Amino acid sequence: MTYIVLRHRDIPDLNKLDVYQKNGGFAAFQNAVTKMKPSEVTDVVKNSGLRGRGGAGFPTGMKWSFIDNKNWPHYVVANADESEPGTFKDREIMEGNPFQFLEGLALASYAVGANVAYVYLRGEFWQLGTFLDEKIAEMEKAGILGDKLWSTDYSLRIYTHLGAGAYICGEETALLESLEGKRGQPRVRPPFPPAVGLFGKPTIINNVETFANVPMILANGAEWYKAVGTADSAGVKVFSLSGRVRKPGNYELPFGTTFRELIYTHGGGVQDSRSVKAIMPAGASSSLIVVNDEKVLDTPMDYATVRTLGGDLGSASVIIIDDSVSMDWLVNKTVHFFKHESCGKCTPCREGTYWMANIVERIHHGQGTTGDVDLLLNVAKQIQGKCLCALGEFSTMAVVTGIERFPQDFKNAVSPAPLPPVYAKKNEGMEKV
Amino acid sequence: MTNQVTLTIDGKPVTVPAGIGIVDAAKMVGIDIPVFCHHPKLEPVGMCRMCLVEIGRPMRDRATGQIVMENGAPKIQFLPKLETACTNKVEEGMVVLTQTDKAKDGQRGTVEFLLTSHPLDCPVCDKGGECPLQNLTMAHGPGKSRFLFDEKLRLGKRVPLGDLIVLDQERCIQCARCIRFQDEIAGDAVLGFDDRSRSMKIITFSDPGFDSVFSGNTSDICPVGALTTRDFRFEARPWELDATASICTQCPVGCNITLNTRREARANGDIVVKRVMPRQNEEVNEIWICDKGRFAHHYTDSKKRLTQPLARSSKDEKPVHTSWDEATKLAADKFLGAKENFVVLASGRLANEDLFNLKSIADQSGGQAYLYSRIGGGEFTTQMGVGAGTNFADMGPGTTIVVVASDLYQEAPIWYLRVKQAADRGATLIVLNPRETKLDRYASFVVRYAYGDEVKTVSDLDNQSKISDAFTKAENAVFLFGSDGLGLDGTSNLAAVCAKLLQDAGHVGKPNNGLIGVWERANDQGAWEMAFQVAEDLAETLKGKSVYIVGADPVGDDPKLAEALQGVAFVAVQDVMETATTEIADVVLPAQAFTEREGTLTSGERRVQRFYSAVPATGESRPDFAITSQVAGHMGIALEGTSVSAVFDQVAGSVKSFEGLNYAKISEVRPQWPIVGRGDMYYGGTTYENTMGMGAHLSVAAQGGETVNIPQVQMEAAPRPKENELLAVPVTKLYDRGTTVMMSANLLRERIGSPSIALHPESAKNLGVEDGQLVNMSFDGVSGDVIVKLDDTISVGVALVPREMGLAIREPVLAEVRSLIKVE
Repeated sequence: MTYIVLRHRDIPDLNKLDVYQKNGGFAAFQNAVTKMKPSEVTDVVKNSGLRGRGGAGFPTGMKWSFIDNKNWPHYVVANADESEPGTFKDREIMEGNPFQFLEGLALASYAVGANVAYVYLRGEFWQLGTFLDEKIAEMEKAGILGDKLWSTDYSLRIYTHLGAGAYICGEETALLESLEGKRGQPRVRPPFPPAVGLFGKPTIINNVETFANVPMILANGAEWYKAVGTADSAGVKVFSLSGRVRKPGNYELPFGTTFRELIYTHGGGVQDSRSVKAIMPAGASSSLIVVNDEKVLDTPMDYATVRTLGGDLGSASVIIIDDSVSMDWLVNKTVHFFKHESCGKCTPCREGTYWMANIVERIHHGQGTTGDVDLLLNVAKQIQGKCLCALGEFSTMAVVTGIERFPQDFKNAVSPAPLPPVYAKKNEGMEKV
Repeated sequence: MTNQVTLTIDGKPVTVPAGIGIVDAAKMVGIDIPVFCHHPKLEPVGMCRMCLVEIGRPMRDRATGQIVMENGAPKIQFLPKLETACTNKVEEGMVVLTQTDKAKDGQRGTVEFLLTSHPLDCPVCDKGGECPLQNLTMAHGPGKSRFLFDEKLRLGKRVPLGDLIVLDQERCIQCARCIRFQDEIAGDAVLGFDDRSRSMKIITFSDPGFDSVFSGNTSDICPVGALTTRDFRFEARPWELDATASICTQCPVGCNITLNTRREARANGDIVVKRVMPRQNEEVNEIWICDKGRFAHHYTDSKKRLTQPLARSSKDEKPVHTSWDEATKLAADKFLGAKENFVVLASGRLANEDLFNLKSIADQSGGQAYLYSRIGGGEFTTQMGVGAGTNFADMGPGTTIVVVASDLYQEAPIWYLRVKQAADRGATLIVLNPRETKLDRYASFVVRYAYGDEVKTVSDLDNQSKISDAFTKAENAVFLFGSDGLGLDGTSNLAAVCAKLLQDAGHVGKPNNGLIGVWERANDQGAWEMAFQVAEDLAETLKGKSVYIVGADPVGDDPKLAEALQGVAFVAVQDVMETATTEIADVVLPAQAFTEREGTLTSGERRVQRFYSAVPATGESRPDFAITSQVAGHMGIALEGTSVSAVFDQVAGSVKSFEGLNYAKISEVRPQWPIVGRGDMYYGGTTYENTMGMGAHLSVAAQGGETVNIPQVQMEAAPRPKENELLAVPVTKLYDRGTTVMMSANLLRERIGSPSIALHPESAKNLGVEDGQLVNMSFDGVSGDVIVKLDDTISVGVALVPREMGLAIREPVLAEVRSLIKVE
């Protein structure tokens, strides 16, 4: 197949500037800057049906058109804080196909009139930060970034910025706070970043994968892009497949590909040939989709259809859970993650994740009661709908769907286990030395 | 904000100014939406999630943008989720429901979450009884805990954030009110959060810790018992305390305070002041006070209080206990005999009524009355002081505030805070100072000049420039002049030139226009109003006189004055405490502290405010005005000595600026926003509401359109350090070694520090001294050992000598510095 985002898999050395340029790289950006009006770029993206790849799936072109043109300057920020457990696509894109991502960022900047763009990388991506800095320097040297590009009035600089290692900084307003040098804690929304963003100025924030799609859309046109995928979800998606599959990894597939194809055709099937028990389609913050019927696996993966299964496709970090996994174990993992990563700003998330972690820990270690399972579910629901940002909500997804959709797992976990047999030790082992 | 918005809260139609939050709108109409993190003086953050309510908005048709109607009324659309009432602003047609099951369940849930790791140690908590968390738990929380006790976090119970504020990490609910107060209001961003999730805790990142003179306010707005003051921690329970309205006497701002008192076994069952709390006066101190005002009150119950009248019959004897009648008679006889050699020396520590009687006794006996002050210029502030109705809170765009020769943060912290906020609102701030001050950060224009160039610098504002335009073309302009690097002459000249500029630009006689003196004491302005003068050369003036010293310690302050007083005919000292001056007195008359009596003070903004008696008198002490009346009586002069309000009526009858004022008038209160006080602690904090008077402004001569005759100011060159010379200049330090502060030294020791001077590193190098070194400094008959502190923000060749910090400095003077011990 021909890749759109993961093109480096088709073209060796695509992360070298000359190779990228030889393969049509930066033609779209140069064409836009020299021949198109900014609003025309936004229109093409709007018509392509591209939706944000960070998780929310918000139409990208529409977001760009929300930028407040009465307040200047504007900024564009790439959210490269890839922190969701089970998500590892942005790293591959930036490592393998960095220029396509940077060209997308540049196109977005031109479309919204930003002269400065930032790449906000999670702290652990420091090597990637250095790597991108080199790529950006090469682009500046080649006249693709800098002042008065191609003798127009348009100037653009791109800077990388490393976070300090916090999941919350993937939340766009916490990211902005962190980028401004403050504590990474989410802001109250509204106002949304296109109105009040970085340093109080209108700002567009998109995921790395979203930007990586843009150059190909500009190069080949909206119709070309729309031809791939489904009516609801246009184009391709990089699915990060992990969990109990034989071949975990990133798979770029059109929207609408079924779970079965992803798991069995691309992922090599389930380990130990077990059967799929549940799917988390969007990493640790997913609802648990029950796979009690083989037909579930034939569900096409697009935003609307996955929702009918009681989950969200989100960032498409598909985690496969087989029948060897008990959900109390899984929920214990996700809750501890969110407890650790809660920023602490709002009460329900800060206190609730701590409380849930205590309860599920008890349950998982066989010290819980049926009352604890009810309490866990109740606390999770008490968190829902009360938090300042989505992180608190995320922390409850696996808890609520785990208990409600897999009640037997929790029943088993809190049932009194038979007492372990007592073994007498051999005499020699008891002797004093 | 003139736009009004009408919405419905719990079925009640409410019309409020546009742009305010729902919590505040509800409060205005008497509906309490519970909050922890929200505070009406701070920007909303939506952190605690206590104010969850249902919010409905008129539905709009997506295509037309028109409001969708249903049964003749706009169709209201509710979001599926609860929303925070603090962060959502009021909108036309909005419907807010605070009492639905859904909203109440959300509020209950938040309280339960907050209590999971809260220690619930209310019975031993200082906040118990006035605790928002306690109160809101009773009102909104669950009755039973579902959280396992053993899983509660165990955290630090006594974590000092600085030397005045202690943090209990278990009680903290992470609302960030303290952090946000320091960032937004105080401008000292010294607190922050460390770590995240449930491990998130308050820390200070300044050295020394919690380095701010406003730190005590955080304990007032802390909605739990997490922040307590070293002064009140474990000292009393709130419900044992009585509250008395008073006025802070530490500086000329005149902050409204409440004295909390209780009977105390440690004080032999006497009633004592347990803590000082702010009392709301949005025209003076809002709901804040500085740490000096809060913590430096301990002198009033110190062991050094004078308790009985003392007198001696000859200079060789020690004064012994005598009756009030004998002591005052003895003093009166001496004063009568002295005739025109009778001198009253009174300080601005005294009330208006005391000063009036003192002025009267001098006038009616042919003597002289002098104000004990190192700052002059009062003749200008009395005539061209700020107009009635002046309020820093009203200053914003269109107003220019000029601060000259003053480090307001140190000299009058609440004025610093008010000026900063006016600048935040858009007022133009011009700071003229020889060295960097904290206020510079908020100034539109900062002008640096050399010590000695004050008058010239201010005069230059008259020249055509952007700065002069900012002053002359402003709608309103206020001038605050201080005494940074200035003595009596310097300040008098500075005041005159400021006054001239104000008069020329027409910035007089109107509200929010005029001259403010940043005086040393609480009632210096009152003394100026009573027409007290300052003596050009006080030592010379005192020689050979019979002196009646009231509320001052010249012997302790200045060796020159000590020497001068050795040679006088007779000294009567009337004061609150034993001082070096009472040691040399022939008659000692014990006066009551401001906590023990009633009276009025005139603030630097020329606002007359009442203080009330909170505790019984110490020993046989009497109020100053009554003692003076008794002395006067023996001299055949009839002065009011029993009713303080009657004295005030006489003041109003004879001092023009007091005309029309009386105790009833200055005790009036006006509605204030935000609403604070006992029932509303969850909202505004534990600040007391004002029920006992917000004071009243004096009138200014210029208000009647009178032109004030301002003498030509001589721009004589102040001493300039030549090469190898050192110019010592007086500056003011908030926590000094003055009598009223040192009595609270246990608490403020770290803040007061050792006697010290500040030098530029280069000056130190030239003198061969190092940072932290002990040196001997001497000038003009004064000598003392002080520690050298280096400060590269001051000029080379200049030494900053804090007043009341070991060296008696009156004015800029050339000084010698000699190394004592070399540091390793």
